[in-house]
Amino acid sequence: MNPEYRLYHPKWYRRRIPIFWWLKKLAYLKFVLRELTSLAVVYAVVLLLLQLVALSRGEAAYARFLDLLGRPGFLAIHTLVLLGLVFHTVTWLNLAPRALVLRLRGKKVPDRFILAGHYLGWLAVTLLIVWGLVGR
Amino acid sequence: MKGRSIEPFFWSLFSSGGMLCAMVLPAVAAILWIAIPLGWIAAPNHESLVALVAHPIIRLALFGLVALGAFHWGHRFRFTLYDGLQLKHLFGLIAAVCYGTATALTVLAAYVLWTL
Repeated sequence: MNPEYRLYHPKWYRRRIPIFWWLKKLAYLKFVLRELTSLAVVYAVVLLLLQLVALSRGEAAYARFLDLLGRPGFLAIHTLVLLGLVFHTVTWLNLAPRALVLRLRGKKVPDRFILAGHYLGWLAVTLLIVWGLVGR
Repeated sequence: MKGRSIEPFFWSLFSSGGMLCAMVLPAVAAILWIAIPLGWIAAPNHESLVALVAHPIIRLALFGLVALGAFHWGHRFRFTLYDGLQLKHLFGLIAAVCYGTATALTVLAAYVLWTL
């Protein structure tokens, strides 16, 4: 059910919030930009799927797809997408110490170790992908 | 809705998708869509890429990435619309569109990767 709907309180006073509330403070803007990184994520997975389709349709179709990727318009969009994806990763990993509380011999593992572990994991995955895709 | 809410289920998809995409997507985007088109590194030839994605583990990983990434978007974008654009009154419609799109992408990914 709609969380805004209150049975028996049809005239409950609720202050209206302006639609551009998130432009008033830098912290709000950062929050909204962080939330909007989901658009970069969905764009990336859809593009990846399209690239797989092109790959499966043979060498000529794949070459046409690569041709499209090299156009300035797409390169500009993909630069923005990459920035969004990196912003997603950094904001996501920075929240890890709050999502994951580890205890070792009854003592809480300090935040910086949790952070370091996640960033090392990112580095390892990145190196794995570089190794898998470069120099084939 | 009576009994247990379905919200934790969607949240867990959002969360695992967020982690997977955080780890994998920057490298994929930087290599496939920036470095290779700009000629900074040589494009892998068609044959070796086909061989790479023919591997069942790679295919499963790609399916997980697309499906969880789609649900990560669906869940997060749903709340972006509620809060950012003040559309709380469209609660049901927005949830249906977001999770529906994510489900459609998951089915599409399964089809593409199965018939590859």
